[in-house]
Amino acid sequence: MHWGNWPIIKLQKEMKFLSEYRDADLAKKYLDEIRATVTQPWNIMEVCGGQTHSLVKNGIMTLLPDEVQMIHGPGCPVCVTPLNLIDKAIYLAEEKDVILCSFGDMLRVPGSKKSLLQTKAAGADIRILYSPLEAVQLASENPDREVVFFAVGFETTAPANALSIDKADDLGLTNYSILASQVLVPPAMEAVIEDEESKIDAFLAAGHVCTIMGMEEYYPLVAHYKIPMVVTGFEPVDLLQGILLTVQQLEKGEALLQNQYSRVVKPEGNRKAQELLHKIFEVTDREWRGIGNIPKSGFELRSKYASFDANLKFSIDIPKVEEPKECIAGLVLKGIKKPMECSQFGKKCTPQNPMGAPMVSSEGACAAYYHFSGAIETIS
Amino acid sequence: MQLQCPMPKLDFDIITLGHGSGGLLTNKLLDSGVFHLFDNEQLQQRHDGAILELKGKTAFSTDSFVISPIFFPDSNIGELAVNGTVNDLAMCGAVPKYLSLSFILEEGLEMTDFWEILVSIKWAAEQAGVQIVTGDTKVVEKGKGDKIFINTSGVGQVHDNAKISLEHVRPGDKIIVSDSIATHGVAIMSVREGLEFETTIKSDTRCLNHTVTALLDNFGEDIHLLKDPTRGGLATVLNEIARDGNLGVDLNQKHLPIQKEVSALCELLGLDPLYVANEGIFMAVVKAEIAEKVVDKLRKIEHCSNAAIIGEVVENHINQVVITSAIGGKRVVSMLIGEQLPRIC
Repeated sequence: MHWGNWPIIKLQKEMKFLSEYRDADLAKKYLDEIRATVTQPWNIMEVCGGQTHSLVKNGIMTLLPDEVQMIHGPGCPVCVTPLNLIDKAIYLAEEKDVILCSFGDMLRVPGSKKSLLQTKAAGADIRILYSPLEAVQLASENPDREVVFFAVGFETTAPANALSIDKADDLGLTNYSILASQVLVPPAMEAVIEDEESKIDAFLAAGHVCTIMGMEEYYPLVAHYKIPMVVTGFEPVDLLQGILLTVQQLEKGEALLQNQYSRVVKPEGNRKAQELLHKIFEVTDREWRGIGNIPKSGFELRSKYASFDANLKFSIDIPKVEEPKECIAGLVLKGIKKPMECSQFGKKCTPQNPMGAPMVSSEGACAAYYHFSGAIETIS
Repeated sequence: MQLQCPMPKLDFDIITLGHGSGGLLTNKLLDSGVFHLFDNEQLQQRHDGAILELKGKTAFSTDSFVISPIFFPDSNIGELAVNGTVNDLAMCGAVPKYLSLSFILEEGLEMTDFWEILVSIKWAAEQAGVQIVTGDTKVVEKGKGDKIFINTSGVGQVHDNAKISLEHVRPGDKIIVSDSIATHGVAIMSVREGLEFETTIKSDTRCLNHTVTALLDNFGEDIHLLKDPTRGGLATVLNEIARDGNLGVDLNQKHLPIQKEVSALCELLGLDPLYVANEGIFMAVVKAEIAEKVVDKLRKIEHCSNAAIIGEVVENHINQVVITSAIGGKRVVSMLIGEQLPRIC
């Protein structure tokens, strides 16, 4: 099915340079317009953790009118990686011949007993990498070791993971594999909307995910659920412009898909990356931490590349554990509860001692609120 | 850093366990040029320790250096080890005088590398105007260290005009940094294994004692507090002030001096420059009335041309550091929890 005939609203004034997106005067202009437009309360979910990070870093929530409530969505890869998978990564890292490679912020996430950071301190060979291709290089340099890449992330990181498999396959490496928890954004957005308790009125869609995947897969969501979506970037002015477009739609009773981030996002996305993803991966059901199983919400390796699947390569024998009962991460990730409504927030659960994943990463809703809400009473 | 000092001819080219034994090989190593390099009256005694004469109030500090890699753009662990302790003493308002110098070497360290580090130490000590008066060398088995660890301790004479203490910090005081932030930490990151960016960012490690002395000569007790924001960066020292002083701290993002290249690399790596380590700068909390004059004075000093007032000590939001972003929003700058880890996306 082709959805390309739906209207894409091109913004009149596209901003081209980075500094413009941090311009204080421009930010003020958009804030004034938001204030002038809004007449009633709206809950807007920013889907991507990068957007949450920027909202907090730039103090945008302290500037928005009270009517506009930002709800931090499930787009934080660290937050939605299942506990069981972290335990698996720890199990593998403790294997004698394994070099476990990971992105940095996965290391602090607590598994059921400990984190990868603690495992590293106890002597496991765990390396922080910026690209899975470095892991492939490590594998070719260490033929007598098994190199496992902890492939966590959304559509944004999946192409690089796919590339690493393609490269390892070309090189004929037999000592490289990935422990994959690659998840997809649109099914998670649908799960959030479908939840009976959902309070979301509109979405800021994740700009960089759309850079890869394009916008086509969002049209059916907008049409079916009559919910406004604005593909939005990450700089403060991007976010404010995205919020303004969303509020304008809501106030007019419209439900359109708009592209605020058109300087980066093309409607068709990055075809080359998509082809590579299709070559290496196929869509599968995935477990999301805090949310549960979402059908067709992740990638797994095609059977042709099964030899690169760490889950199949190693016999990982660990018990499945339950999340702490007090943790309401799932409700927070779906925007049903605010972090402050959790009885453990800031008490038993802090960034120093997180009970659930949204408290771990600076992109996580709970950590964002923890850092921000301490000041909310005193900052005027 | 410039200092050429050819390595003497030696009959060994790597450090072995014997060089730390205290016996013949240790003497060989020391006589190879170490004593000659740092030559002074105290070392000539070749005694178990140094006997020093100090007048008035004395500051005493120590620091250990375990950096990797040991060589980084424009500097190395040796220069860092001297500047680290010199700067800690300077932050106490002292004029550093004497240092101790201890090495823990890993077996297999190349003698040429060790020599280059020794030469840097000599150069840095000369720049700071300190003497190395006592020292020690130990060697550990291969795999039990990371090439070289250095400890330096030092003493210095407290400046007559210095009244530096958190007790003197008051709401209304201005917060000044002496130059651009985050440069050293990013220079190190850019040469870490696996990153290797093509950048021209150099470590800004240097001694700060002469600059501090100049400020104390001019502004004396109106300089309320000095801190060098090394590990944990500016955010950490500011949080310490807020927490230990029962005060609030306001920062303004727009006024933070940072090199464009450093800022770009921080964004690329997902690091917050407020938490990145500094070596060649200090932070001063000063009486509001003299703040502009302090900045003017600093800007005339070499390596302080980007000095700026970055914030203020306040009475509200006690125990918290709050930054106003470039677009006017606010957020709390909290203490760094563990190591700063790069983000996935």
